[in-house]
Amino acid sequence: MAGHAATTEAPAAERDDDLVVVPARHPGRWLAVACIAVLAAMAVHLLVTNSRLQWSVVWQYVFSKPILTGVLRTLELTVIAMVIGVVIGILVAIGRLSPNPVLAKVAWLYSWFFRGTPLLVQLLFWFYLSALLTHVSIGIPFGPEFASASTNSLITPFLAAILGLGLNEGAYMSEIVRSGILAVPRGQAEAGQAIGMTRSEVMRRVVLPQAMRVIIPPTGNETIGMLKYTSLVIVIGYAELLTSASLIYARTFQTIPLLIVAALWYLAITAVLSIAQYYVERHFDRGFQPAAAKSRGSRLLRGERALRPAPEQPTVAMRSVS
Amino acid sequence: MFEARDIHKSFGHVEVLRGVSMTVRRGEVACLLGPSGSGKSTFLRCINHLEKFDAGRMWVDGELVGYRQSGRRLHELHDREIAQRRSRIGMVFQQFNLFPHRTALQNVMEGPVVVKRAKPRELMEEAHQLLRRVGLADKAHHYPSQLSGGQQQRVAIARALAMHPALMLFDEPTSALDPELVGEVLDVMRDLAAGGMTMIVVTHEIGFAREVADVAHFMADGVLVESGLPAEVLGNPQHERTRNFLSKVLA
Repeated sequence: MAGHAATTEAPAAERDDDLVVVPARHPGRWLAVACIAVLAAMAVHLLVTNSRLQWSVVWQYVFSKPILTGVLRTLELTVIAMVIGVVIGILVAIGRLSPNPVLAKVAWLYSWFFRGTPLLVQLLFWFYLSALLTHVSIGIPFGPEFASASTNSLITPFLAAILGLGLNEGAYMSEIVRSGILAVPRGQAEAGQAIGMTRSEVMRRVVLPQAMRVIIPPTGNETIGMLKYTSLVIVIGYAELLTSASLIYARTFQTIPLLIVAALWYLAITAVLSIAQYYVERHFDRGFQPAAAKSRGSRLLRGERALRPAPEQPTVAMRSVS
Repeated sequence: MFEARDIHKSFGHVEVLRGVSMTVRRGEVACLLGPSGSGKSTFLRCINHLEKFDAGRMWVDGELVGYRQSGRRLHELHDREIAQRRSRIGMVFQQFNLFPHRTALQNVMEGPVVVKRAKPRELMEEAHQLLRRVGLADKAHHYPSQLSGGQQQRVAIARALAMHPALMLFDEPTSALDPELVGEVLDVMRDLAAGGMTMIVVTHEIGFAREVADVAHFMADGVLVESGLPAEVLGNPQHERTRNFLSKVLA
């Protein structure tokens, strides 16, 4: 208030060089910092002093063989399920945008079904598929069979996990891919068609590469999500990371330390995936940012210089505020 | 070279083309003028199968547009056949529509590489030559976002030429440009016309039409109101609609 009054009192003809820029004060920020500091201290205190966390047990198991095997299987499930999900997602998205009405309906039905039932139910369903179909065979429909196998021996926990996670992911990915395709301006497809490309060439060469910019960030999100959804396969007994940890604590009753072991690994892998996502995004941004980025950078620089308060006479500044 | 006979086209209940007939001979430049919403762009897009017309017939280079004739039957064309026909017609859009994820050179090579399965290495020379022809030899490795509107449109023209089209369609090629960039694009088009390219140009550039066109067509409300030598149609319009339009554009 005092500062405000001072400026109104100042005569308009006053010389410019004895004016002082007063940086804005942010008491709210200091309050927030104080609160967070207290909470952080409490958290660290808990982590260090609570003996039930048993950090020695954590370090004992974090690189143990069953846990490392579990990590590898979790990674394997994540990668395979995401590859299946992306492939199905692209196919279903193209299907939904197809001029063929039957295809569009079937694609819609797919994403409705797999998004509409819980992933846990789907995993259990694939695992217990043998209760529905005793045999799976390859042959002519309603005609002779060429090869046949019992579902029980065919559907291992691993295959059930892959089917459950991959088919479910395909439904979510299809929406992401579809939004990416729709984000590419219509003129792009027309330009491709005008030089004589077929619909599929336009899709592959023109639309999808540009749609990737929109598709990649949420796909990174989905991958990180998938990493953790793989832990759901604990219900069908496939020994990935969480299942491996649970098998150990079922034996030793060191529940909390082993859950921390699993959590540490999930966090570490998520960090690596986030870094990978950054580089993939940068790759698909080519052609979109150079000119814009340059001007944005220089504008920032200019802005920063203009906004920096005049350094001289800080004491005067303080006084005029108080 | 090009003939349209009684073309009709509706979007829903709105009839945007109400019986358009037009002939363009080989090497001729036809300018299509008229107020916005008169159906010029729709007509142009029909030629390249970007829109389907409801009635009438069109021929490009002796081939029926949209159909394949066998005996007394007209078979609707499939995607692949349409793409094949389009590859012989070049099109330049109002918004350029360059592929933003490819450099100028890659934009020019995209058509021959994908559609004609040409080897990029063998194309390089011709692609550079096309860029030189539109005055952009030094911009080959620039992305569209690094080029001005006029430069982008010239790359778009080079991209269309790379397919060796028999007919070039221009859909208001200078309407999205800053005024000082219009000239460089018109210069390229002027060169093209002088080189004997058959061109159909939808434009608001009366000066260009007067100077370069062999025939000027004035279109309003989905019909050709007036056609003839540019000097006649633009200099001494017979129809009320044409006079109205010209007085507004030239004002």
